[in-house]
Amino acid sequence: MHLPEAEQLIATLADKMRPQVTPETCLVGIHTGGVWLAERLHALLGLSEPLGSIDVSFYRDDYSAKGLHPQPRGSKIPFDVEAAHIVIVDDVLYTGRTTRAALNELFDYGRPARVDLAVLIDRGGRELPIAASFCALTLPTPLPAGQNLQLERDASGALTMRLIHA
Amino acid sequence: MRNPQLNKHGELQHLLTLDGLPRGIITQILDTAAPFTEVAEREVKKLPLLRGKSVFNLFFENSTRTRTTFEIAAKRLSADVINLNVATSSTKKGETLLDTVDNLCAMHADMFVVRHESSGAPHLIAQHLQNTGRDHIHVVNAGDGRHAHPTQGLLDMYTIRHYKKEFHNLTVAIVGDVLHSRVARSQIAALTTLGVPEVRVIGPRTLLPTDVEKMGVRYCATMEEGLKGVDVVMMLRLQNERMNGALLPSPQEFFKVWGLTADKLALAKPDAIVMHPGPMNRGVEIDSAVADGNQAVILPQVTFGIAVRMAVMSMLGSH
Repeated sequence: MHLPEAEQLIATLADKMRPQVTPETCLVGIHTGGVWLAERLHALLGLSEPLGSIDVSFYRDDYSAKGLHPQPRGSKIPFDVEAAHIVIVDDVLYTGRTTRAALNELFDYGRPARVDLAVLIDRGGRELPIAASFCALTLPTPLPAGQNLQLERDASGALTMRLIHA
Repeated sequence: MRNPQLNKHGELQHLLTLDGLPRGIITQILDTAAPFTEVAEREVKKLPLLRGKSVFNLFFENSTRTRTTFEIAAKRLSADVINLNVATSSTKKGETLLDTVDNLCAMHADMFVVRHESSGAPHLIAQHLQNTGRDHIHVVNAGDGRHAHPTQGLLDMYTIRHYKKEFHNLTVAIVGDVLHSRVARSQIAALTTLGVPEVRVIGPRTLLPTDVEKMGVRYCATMEEGLKGVDVVMMLRLQNERMNGALLPSPQEFFKVWGLTADKLALAKPDAIVMHPGPMNRGVEIDSAVADGNQAVILPQVTFGIAVRMAVMSMLGSH
């Protein structure tokens, strides 16, 4: 499968979000790819609120099956969630379970006015009624379960999307 | 024989002692605790990790702080917590320890937090659970006799790492009644496992185990010798209730020689931290000016204790 350039997708995603955000919009990246992506979007969209990040390890629904992540990084929400417009940012949207976990976690900080979801790629295969508000690319056919899409960052900070066959 | 604290995949099954616990597991507990410290600052101070699980606080010996922090930790992980003050219940009527445990298992316990005046009691419970095929039930030692108090040792390590970042360049002094102290045994085990190059114990010879040097520590006969240049001072409580016989002349005499005062603390490095597991005997092992001074990290220890207990319970509850 041919994957488009991640940098190209980021520009597309920022263009789609621009009409819907204000300088007060808060971004929350999901570890790890979503945090890198959120940093880029934050700069491209000229947002003023500090960036948030979420590690969903403590909210996953497969905790009892898979156990705890050996090195959880924790979450940082450096703004007031109450009545905020928040965009959850992740690199890839798949089953929707990560998004659900992030939503649950976010609501433990307060009651946002509105929450959107921004992703680079929707790979299909949803298991929950969750959809992205902003998406740079929706794959025409869902990616098979054995394969994984993953955002990677090199030493210079450039982002690339990689396809991994499990 | 397999380490009774680990399951066949090498994961933490019970937390009974820090003696013999692999360095990797200790570090994993400290790493896991770090993000839990932030939960207390949220609007909803709860994580769903132990939702639907029942944690039994089984305290055969009195304790307020430890029981409370275990209770808070379990509740912040969304567990149901049942506190049993066994000192005033069935045991008084003659029920054995393992009968009590079996009865609580019949009530679908998922975890026992055990404090007992006899060394080895939590280990006995863990072994009983294993022998009866109840591997899904976990035991946390909350202090047994003179043996071990692993979560106290872990929260002390967390505190040291928080203030000093690394272990490999530290000199640590443990002061006071090591003989009666399960806290000291857990501290020594953790400090040596984590690679602290010099651990000193300071105290009257009557309050030190006879073979204390075999624990990998250096004995110092005076405060002046022991505190010189240390990075961390770990005070111990003088355990009057565990003493039988005349080991000490008087608390006042003890304070004069072994009590931590500002003068004695000045021998340590200027940025040395002062720790105490509580409850403190002011004017016996520690002077108020030091306990309330800016080098004391005694209250942060209590706060970190909650995060460390959350880490232990969430790691146990994940399998």
